[in-house]
Amino acid sequence: MAKNRRDFLGMVFGGFAGLGGLAALYAMKRTWDPLPSVMAAGFTTVDLSPMKPGELRTVTWRGKPIFILKKPPEQNCNHLPDETKKRLVEIKDSEYLVMIGLCTHLGCIPTWEPDKKIFHCACHGGEYDACGVNIFGPPPRPMDIPPFKIEGTKLVLGEEGPEYKKLVGKA
Amino acid sequence: MAHFTKANSVYEWLDQRLALTKLWKVLAAEYWIPKNINFLWAMGVVLMTMFTILVISGIFLLMYYKPDTKLAFDSVNYTIMQEVWFGWLWRHMHAVAASVVFLVIYIHMFTGIYYASYKRGREMIWISGMLLFVTFSAEAFSGYMLPWGQMSYWAAQVITNLFGGIPFIGDDLVIWIRGNFYVSDPTLTRFFMLHVFLLPIIIMMLIGFHFYTLRIPHVNNQDGEEIDFDAEAEKYKAGLKRESKVIPFWPVFLSKDFFVLSVFMIFYFYLVFYHYEFAMDPINFDPANPMKTPPHIYPEWYFLWSYEVLRGFFFNVGPLSAMDMGLIAFGIANIIFFFLPWFDKDPTVAPADRRGGFFFWFWLMVIDMIVLTIWGKLPPTGINAYIGYLAAVGFLALWAALPAITGERRKLFWFVVIVTALLYIFGFMEYTKAMGNGFIITATFLIFYLLFFLSPVMVKERERGAQ
Repeated sequence: MAKNRRDFLGMVFGGFAGLGGLAALYAMKRTWDPLPSVMAAGFTTVDLSPMKPGELRTVTWRGKPIFILKKPPEQNCNHLPDETKKRLVEIKDSEYLVMIGLCTHLGCIPTWEPDKKIFHCACHGGEYDACGVNIFGPPPRPMDIPPFKIEGTKLVLGEEGPEYKKLVGKA
Repeated sequence: MAHFTKANSVYEWLDQRLALTKLWKVLAAEYWIPKNINFLWAMGVVLMTMFTILVISGIFLLMYYKPDTKLAFDSVNYTIMQEVWFGWLWRHMHAVAASVVFLVIYIHMFTGIYYASYKRGREMIWISGMLLFVTFSAEAFSGYMLPWGQMSYWAAQVITNLFGGIPFIGDDLVIWIRGNFYVSDPTLTRFFMLHVFLLPIIIMMLIGFHFYTLRIPHVNNQDGEEIDFDAEAEKYKAGLKRESKVIPFWPVFLSKDFFVLSVFMIFYFYLVFYHYEFAMDPINFDPANPMKTPPHIYPEWYFLWSYEVLRGFFFNVGPLSAMDMGLIAFGIANIIFFFLPWFDKDPTVAPADRRGGFFFWFWLMVIDMIVLTIWGKLPPTGINAYIGYLAAVGFLALWAALPAITGERRKLFWFVVIVTALLYIFGFMEYTKAMGNGFIITATFLIFYLLFFLSPVMVKERERGAQ
């Protein structure tokens, strides 16, 4: 009888201490989480209406460069194989190319060469065409598309809108 | 209450209360070390000294360093290097010690492997030592971030990115570790905390534990001879110093250790004063810039071998991408040394030159790790990619072959050799683009990995010979 009472007390004590330990671990985990201000800064809104056809704009989103290229009407990405064809985003009758401006090889930032219409990476000589698809050198895949949402003529980076989901085949 | 008599001296007063004499006997004056050892047995004390130097120089750096992305670079490169009297000395001592401490760790480790000091009761010494190696690696990585130069930044970016390879939780885990979507201020401050507080505390506790693990099995010797430490100690205490096989840690063992230590310290301070630049990458004297990647990123020399294992796989195999293959191999490379006592199926404790095939295994492993280290710094283009692949597969193959070699299982050994040779041939065909992602290469890799995980289980420990 006395032994059972001790066991019970032991279990209550252990359970209570364990609960406190779990709570402390949760607090520690949350303390390491990105702060609300950091999360809020995880969204970048760009107004695309002043852009001219053929213009490339680089904005910063989550510390990464984002290339936004407004396509002249005569250019499209139809020459691409099916899975990469639909890389263009349509906003208000204009087409845009939106992608993370980091080389998919080792993360260098490629430069846009308007006369040749290619993105060229100086690090290891990788090249991407005007649709952001790798055409030469070590890059394993086209430049990545960041999550975005369209609000009128504005592009919100960091949120997954229906257009983004369609583009990456999530919808 | 215990009975206390009046003390006749300060020492006696303290001795009554703290048992100083007894403590000193247990820790040093009657802690027995075999006589039959060489200078390689001094590396432990050298490491202890290097760690002390790191702590002391670190304290002085800590007084002026500012863990803030706006201030960090200048607090190191301007305040500490140009304003603080002898600030340059502490920085160079800290940087050089951080680099050579790994050199000595590797010597210490491979001494243990050569003389088989990781088995027959010494497993915990080995495991605690490997835990120290891992914590030292984390300490070195977090410290490298603090000057907030370009190499600091991009090393942090690449290393934290590695956690993205973990299935399902990877992407969220990377953001959680960084405290932001990219390496930035919260990342710097938390790694600063790890570097100056949490990891050093863990290292100190592990060092205590590592010393404690030596208590029962004792230090190994050059012949792997089993010594009756109690009997030999009695001989020594009875005055039969010549006949006894052991010596006390203090003053006999340490007196020779101090000689080796002195030679090492001359080398160390020569580096500190005349060749500190090898521990200071020129790229790190550009302030961190998230918008500009340096053309060629590489880690410090002591991480190059595992970095090359990561990079060594340059083609996709079936459903696995080159990146995943590298990550798996890298994960294995970082933990596999922990399991050495169980991959080695030979119970004899003897130096490698008296253990037949193991001798060749040892030197092949050393050569392979040197090749990995050298190619880890070269750009992974052209023939370098294939050499990296050879060395990375070779590293895993050596481990897969170890149970067969030490367990004297010839058929299994040749099987590992053939599978490895096939991987080399297929890799060459991939390299010259002569073959697509065929079924055969996927199957060969599958067999290889199965072998890798199963061979230590399949091979039973060899019967101990007449002893």
